[in-house]
Amino acid sequence: MDAKTGFFYFFAAVLLFASFRVITARNPVYAVLYLVLAFFQAACIWILLKAEFLGIALVLVYVGAVMVLFLFVVMMLDVNIDSLRQGFWRHFPLAAGIGVLIALEMSAVLIGGFRISEEPKAPVVLGQAAQQVSNTRELGKLIYTQYIYPLEVAAVILLVAMIAAIALTLRQRKDSKHIDVSDQVRVKARDRLDVVKMPSTQPYVSDATAGAALGATEKQP
Amino acid sequence: MTLTLGHFLSLGAILFALSIIGIFLNRKNLIVLLMAIELMLLAVNMNFVAFSHYLGDLHGQVFVFFILTVAAAESAIGLAILVLLFRNKSSINVDELNTLKG
Repeated sequence: MDAKTGFFYFFAAVLLFASFRVITARNPVYAVLYLVLAFFQAACIWILLKAEFLGIALVLVYVGAVMVLFLFVVMMLDVNIDSLRQGFWRHFPLAAGIGVLIALEMSAVLIGGFRISEEPKAPVVLGQAAQQVSNTRELGKLIYTQYIYPLEVAAVILLVAMIAAIALTLRQRKDSKHIDVSDQVRVKARDRLDVVKMPSTQPYVSDATAGAALGATEKQP
Repeated sequence: MTLTLGHFLSLGAILFALSIIGIFLNRKNLIVLLMAIELMLLAVNMNFVAFSHYLGDLHGQVFVFFILTVAAAESAIGLAILVLLFRNKSSINVDELNTLKG
């Protein structure tokens, strides 16, 4: 049992414990923090598997961006937890039974079926002697040559997601003195100045009806 | 005792089973449902990376890259919908999302 095996078991144990706490934690904030721990351990395991770029990308992108987004949303919502956890422990035996069954079946098949233990040959891509070449460089070569169109589709997906998220949550405040810029730009002179037609001379009326007529002309525009 | 491909695949399987348990248990809490989906995607990515390492093929890691992209987009839109839902109904209970039910 060498150091790599020991590290694998340590990371795997922490990963499974953290993910167990994610699904059973009472407070969603703790659940998000345990999820961060789980992602860190997964990144460590990927680095053990010599996928350094993906491990670091998992920490930077997932822990740095997505999990922080989760944390902000969880802290922003004032959720009544007790009503959400009704029937939690009542369903626990059934769920645990099904989960253990799934894990045991899949492990039995996978441990028996994939006994590839010899240290694999280093990935030979683009005809290089890839022993000294870094994982990031090889991945970059692959992404920017063979997978360039899927990469652009992925970029478009991210753009669409960004626009969708902003459009979903954007709202106009009622109490702010909001100015519509497009209305300001499109304004014309006749919208600013209102010319009212008025007779230049007033016909003579007797004093008795003067007040009423004056009131009527004032109301007219 | 050295590490085999089966070890990593079993770790992914156990992680997947744990997140299925999480979806069973937290059916009412939309936030924990989203987190369980993230865990499922992590388990799948673990399988991809393990196969990529032991078969000496980098295409698996490229696929993990795209899965990460789609998962980030999915969680962003999911959280936006969650915020919108909480603003309209003051609750994130999945059982109360029956407005469209005839």
